[in-house]
Amino acid sequence: MDILTLHRIHFAFTITYHYLFPQLTMGLALLIVVLKTLALKTGQERYAVSTRFWAKIFAINFLLGVVTGIPMEFQFGTNWSEFSRRTGGVIGMPVAMEGIFSFFLESAFLGLFLFGEKRLSPKAHWASAFLVFIGSWLSGFFIIVANAWMQHPVAYQLQPNGVFEVSSFWALMFNPWAWIEYAHNMSGAVITGAFVMSAVGALYLLQGRDVEYGRTFLKLGVIAGLISCATQIFPTGDLHGKYLAKHQPVSIAAMEGLFHSEKGAAMVVLGQPDFEHQKIDNPLAVNKVLSFLIYGTFSAEVQGLDQFPQDQWPTTLPLLFYSYHIMAGLGTYFVALMSLAGLLLWRGNLYTSRWILWPILLSFPLPYIANTAGWMCAEIGRQPWVVYGLIRTSEGYSTHIGSGTSLFTLLGFLGMYSVLSILWIVLVYNFIQTGPKAPDHETSETSGQSITAV
Amino acid sequence: MGTLWFWIVASMLAAYVVLDGFDLGVGIVYLFVTKSEQDRRLALRAIGPVWDGNEVWLLAAGGTLFFSFPLVYASAFSGFYLPIMMVLWLFMLRGISIELRSHSHEALLHTLFDGLFSLSSTLLAIFFGAALANVVRGVPIGPDNYFFLPLWTDWRTGPHPGILDWYTITGAVLALVALAFHGSLYLALKTEGELAQRALTLARKLWPAVLVVTLLSIPATVLARPDSLQNYRTHPMAFLAPLLVLASLAILPSAIRKRASRRAFLSSCLYLAAMLAGAAAGLFPVLLPSAGNEGRDLTIARALAGSHTLRIGLVWWSLGISLALLYFGVVYWLFRGKVSRHAEGYGH
Repeated sequence: MDILTLHRIHFAFTITYHYLFPQLTMGLALLIVVLKTLALKTGQERYAVSTRFWAKIFAINFLLGVVTGIPMEFQFGTNWSEFSRRTGGVIGMPVAMEGIFSFFLESAFLGLFLFGEKRLSPKAHWASAFLVFIGSWLSGFFIIVANAWMQHPVAYQLQPNGVFEVSSFWALMFNPWAWIEYAHNMSGAVITGAFVMSAVGALYLLQGRDVEYGRTFLKLGVIAGLISCATQIFPTGDLHGKYLAKHQPVSIAAMEGLFHSEKGAAMVVLGQPDFEHQKIDNPLAVNKVLSFLIYGTFSAEVQGLDQFPQDQWPTTLPLLFYSYHIMAGLGTYFVALMSLAGLLLWRGNLYTSRWILWPILLSFPLPYIANTAGWMCAEIGRQPWVVYGLIRTSEGYSTHIGSGTSLFTLLGFLGMYSVLSILWIVLVYNFIQTGPKAPDHETSETSGQSITAV
Repeated sequence: MGTLWFWIVASMLAAYVVLDGFDLGVGIVYLFVTKSEQDRRLALRAIGPVWDGNEVWLLAAGGTLFFSFPLVYASAFSGFYLPIMMVLWLFMLRGISIELRSHSHEALLHTLFDGLFSLSSTLLAIFFGAALANVVRGVPIGPDNYFFLPLWTDWRTGPHPGILDWYTITGAVLALVALAFHGSLYLALKTEGELAQRALTLARKLWPAVLVVTLLSIPATVLARPDSLQNYRTHPMAFLAPLLVLASLAILPSAIRKRASRRAFLSSCLYLAAMLAGAAAGLFPVLLPSAGNEGRDLTIARALAGSHTLRIGLVWWSLGISLALLYFGVVYWLFRGKVSRHAEGYGH
């Protein structure tokens, strides 16, 4: 394997694995604030107990997000040194701001939130939950500002030595791409949080245990899921697609598998791209829909890959095609499932309809897949550029790191992350099995209680 | 502007060493000072609400280096590739062992996580000491501003050094004893009873070791990189740092004898900060010296980001760091006093 591919796999693997945790952290942070607010407003014990239950899962998830996130900040320098040298003056800014504005906030107030319930007044405890939520969402924002600059560079000046500098702070922060990407991403994180919460609720109802909590989790999960699944498609997904078509037309052509420009282009729902012969095998397509989705009219011409020189096509095209279709397909399924669940909730028979509780339970891994596929669209779609139109990925990596060294650390991460996965699954399974009404000794200092601030 | 950012990054790193230093130190001495399950829980609770926040200083310093001196970030992080990756793995092991210990009910698992926590803390101290010594000694920077250091070569400083040589091992030993000492004093401050007593006794035994290695490190540094005296010759003000090092070390024995654990811990903080200030004063205006080839030092002037970028940075950095200090104030204030044996969480 050549060195560039190894560095790419190194980053892809560690970032993909890392993002399994923050998406739940950010989604749950919002839902925990909702639970905590309900506890404060209604004074009902079940909301306070629910908050404590989800805080335990949040804490372990947050910890894994932290320990897998530290390598991300360092990997820009270790594996992508030339990219870092040239762009540090721009994207180093949001990366540093993430540390200073959100990590300090999160780490300080998560400790207060987890340990401080007895010491703080109810309002101060609510405030600590709220600040953890703000911290985690700010963190997402700064990282997306950095990523959006790589997707759609704005507000920069190129120096003679190849280094980029910021020309306007506000233009960097208000990069329109960043706001669209952020909205789409955060809505995706809420989907993960909502599906996990609904799945635990559905599990309890199917098992006939902790029914009161099962209903609370399911209701909140379905409402949050319905809203976030809808905003995921419209307006955030829709806007993202249109923006992509305008600024990275070659990426959208590759995602859609559109080899030749077409007026009234069809949308391929299923099929296998055959890039050797530049066609889609076994296509299941809906006529003219693609033109409509991108331009709002059924007859507009959509640029195909043939409009662009091959050296600007995204690399690993089939993977990009599948990522996009998996993301879009799952997004559609989420809307259908949550609409149905929402309808049943409104009619008052959701909790007893076992036929819907089963798919709700089984669907919890799917938002993880959809979020991952969405990020693969963004990152593979940007290729062959690391900064779109400015720096090629092949110019960005650390040339002094041998491929053996890179493979060594990649294997190290694979091993380490296998262990982390097992631990996460065992711990979260135990929390769910123990249930929200943990007996006293579970939450006392002898066990169960998280000792750390993370 | 460059000078300012040099000292900003240096003081963020110093804050990291002083703060995370004590919780790493607790990890180093953990198995030596705790005799019972209750002791161990107490020791962990003493760092529980703060260790993660302390670690953030390293991340924040790394991010600040990335944007203020992109060339140094790019060159140093890729050059120190292997040790950095190992540090990342150690951070993972340490984080999960602290957290998972509190979730497990098995004595056997407690033993496992205790061992992992102590081992990873010890290795991290050793790595950080060696890392700092590598920066002071210099690295073989190539004409393209990059380098790649193997873990070891012939154990000598000179034009082809490795991560480990006699000088960086001295640095590693220094970091290990200084942080073990720092951690013992923190435990003496935050806990009570026999645990605090044992921590204080250990600190008293460690003090001579800290003194000896500190005194050895000065001629060692001059041998490894003679240039480090340059600034001291031209700016005698710099001698303030070694003087503070000696002064803080001199206060310590009487403070320990009188069980003035607050004074002892603060002196140890001062000692660490003054050591780092002394190292930074020896380096300035170089961020990463070149070993072997003249003129390849990564200096402030060569590595600094653009002036507009830095002016903007100064605005949000000042705002952000003030907020961070405020949060730290709140957390440490709520966590003030000794961790009690009976109560939960914040120790009350």
